[in-house]
Amino acid sequence: MPYGPRRVEQPFGSENVAINCVVCVKQVPDTKRITGEAMKEDGTVNRAALPAIFNPEDMNALEAALDVRDRCGGTVSVVTMGPPAACEVLRDALCRGADRVVLLSDRRAAASDTLATSYILSCAVRKLSPDLVFCGRQAIDGDTAQVGPQLAEKLAMPLVTYVEELMDVCEQSVRVKRSVGNGWEVVECGLPALMTVMDTANTPRPQSARRIMKYKKARSAMEAAKEVADAMPDAAKEDQDAERQRRLAALAERGLLIDQWTLDDIGADLAWCGRDGSPTKVHRIQAVVLAGGEYHEYPPTEEGIAELVGALIEDHTIG
Amino acid sequence: MIDVNRQGEVWVFAEQEDGKLSDVPLELLGKARELAGKLSVPVAAVLLGENVGHLAAELIAHGADKVYLVQDAVLRHYQAASYSRVLCRLIEAHRPQICLYGATPLGRDLAPTVASAMKCGLTADCTDLQIGDHKIASSGEVHEKLMFQIRPAFGGNIIATIVNYDRWPQMATVREGVMKMPEPDASRTGEVVQCAAERGGLELPLKVLETHRRPKRVNLKAARIIVAGGAGVGSRDSFRLIWDLANCLGAAVGGSRAAVDLGFVDHDHQVGQTGTTVRPALYIACGISGAVQHRAGMEESAKILAINTDPAAPIFSVAHYGIVGDLNDVIPKLVKVIRRGAAVAGAAS
Repeated sequence: MPYGPRRVEQPFGSENVAINCVVCVKQVPDTKRITGEAMKEDGTVNRAALPAIFNPEDMNALEAALDVRDRCGGTVSVVTMGPPAACEVLRDALCRGADRVVLLSDRRAAASDTLATSYILSCAVRKLSPDLVFCGRQAIDGDTAQVGPQLAEKLAMPLVTYVEELMDVCEQSVRVKRSVGNGWEVVECGLPALMTVMDTANTPRPQSARRIMKYKKARSAMEAAKEVADAMPDAAKEDQDAERQRRLAALAERGLLIDQWTLDDIGADLAWCGRDGSPTKVHRIQAVVLAGGEYHEYPPTEEGIAELVGALIEDHTIG
Repeated sequence: MIDVNRQGEVWVFAEQEDGKLSDVPLELLGKARELAGKLSVPVAAVLLGENVGHLAAELIAHGADKVYLVQDAVLRHYQAASYSRVLCRLIEAHRPQICLYGATPLGRDLAPTVASAMKCGLTADCTDLQIGDHKIASSGEVHEKLMFQIRPAFGGNIIATIVNYDRWPQMATVREGVMKMPEPDASRTGEVVQCAAERGGLELPLKVLETHRRPKRVNLKAARIIVAGGAGVGSRDSFRLIWDLANCLGAAVGGSRAAVDLGFVDHDHQVGQTGTTVRPALYIACGISGAVQHRAGMEESAKILAINTDPAAPIFSVAHYGIVGDLNDVIPKLVKVIRRGAAVAGAAS
């Protein structure tokens, strides 16, 4: 098994207590690699121009969960809410060691703010009845860090934010080191509980080559249907249906069918989902337009720099 | 959930630790006064803790008309569960229209917990708050005098203005240093409203076994000069250049988020929307492209010097002085010139 450099291969105090972990992950645009094409001319975001990635701190959350499972026994289920394309991060999670993945995809969930998102996730997570829920501290597209705490409140679970180290997990409780602005503390809390994990908590393990060979073929029903439609565009509908059924059965048999849930599957109340369930509304979006810079430019030579320093001393900024 | 109302106060959560107020609530009181003035409603601070009554005067001096004070042993140390429970009860009883929190580690733990329980909106890390009208495009319906919650989003490519009009209170978090702290006025008067913490539901789910505090190693807000490095510095080793320049100017060292994420410098040094907002006399930005989140944290500096290889870098749009060049070449020259200047000045005096 591939292990990251910081892994400690020691069981926690009590072995084999079988902890069931759920990890909530998000596929996000790679905001660090935004190019000029990121914005359309009308000022809206051009998602097509942005590479989509596994939100970095969700990867740390996944690693924390895998670590718990490896040391205590149990399972790791990964849930993501997003468009069908978000299956990409689920395949990634499978290749790193997740036991089960669930895609939560429903058009009626579109435009959910953090409150609606946490409500929808809470319905899905409850269905998986976990002992521990892990979220990344925050996602890089919004940096709000709100979904974790809101999800804990909805699930009525103790909230442990900014986790830096899982020190011990036993059947009834967990002991962790968490960061608090100006220092750190060690806290203990009963299970079930929800933690938000910092990027400093661990080094996510790489995908295992063996698992890649297997799980690169994992598909959701929606993806399988699209592949069938693309492969046999001129076939009669019945033939397409038959082929789809055959593929789904084959995927399921090999454990490669990615679970796909709708809002109905998780019993979500639509009043709390999507745009209607979101109290925050966008009043205005402005593309960032830079005012023309009117600065005094100095050449990068010693003379130029001496002149600049002279100007700064002159107006008493330095010296 | 509380209904939309127009008489509700503007609240500031008065974060304190060990009987000492953080700076953020005092900064927020200045903004709260401005918002409340436009709404013609009072400003109130909400103070939770044990033996913290003496802090009410400081809150009033900084702009609170009223302080809701809840003191109980169970509130001695912050926990999301107990603090959010008490706060939600206060919100239900007094129905504020706006609640502001510092975007501190504590505030970012508490505010979303309250928002979830109250089923209301929350906007994180606002860089500005204003009062304005919102028209719903589809129906033409106008909601007057809402709190505009303004923040950069999407990697800084957009500035979003967020409003809530159908579920209140309107809530936002704001980073330390973003709002200017008002001058305290000891002659201001205000009312202290003592509220009892109903013990029901105030169990503490977390057991704190150890606490380790480390003093903040850098005080960027107090620095007169800041030398900051970004991704363009290239490595933690090269970041030595930034420290060298800072040392010869007696300056503090800052970093962009990229530099912090890349491990060039610790998070304490981060300047920007998700770090510290600074207003020094001189800000020297080295190898910082100047994403809007970074600019939001430094553009009010009195003088800005940008050093960057890319003449099109957005940092130059806020700079007063610029050098287009490689910082590996420019900084040593700058250090040399400043040292020489200091030597000359030393000889002259």
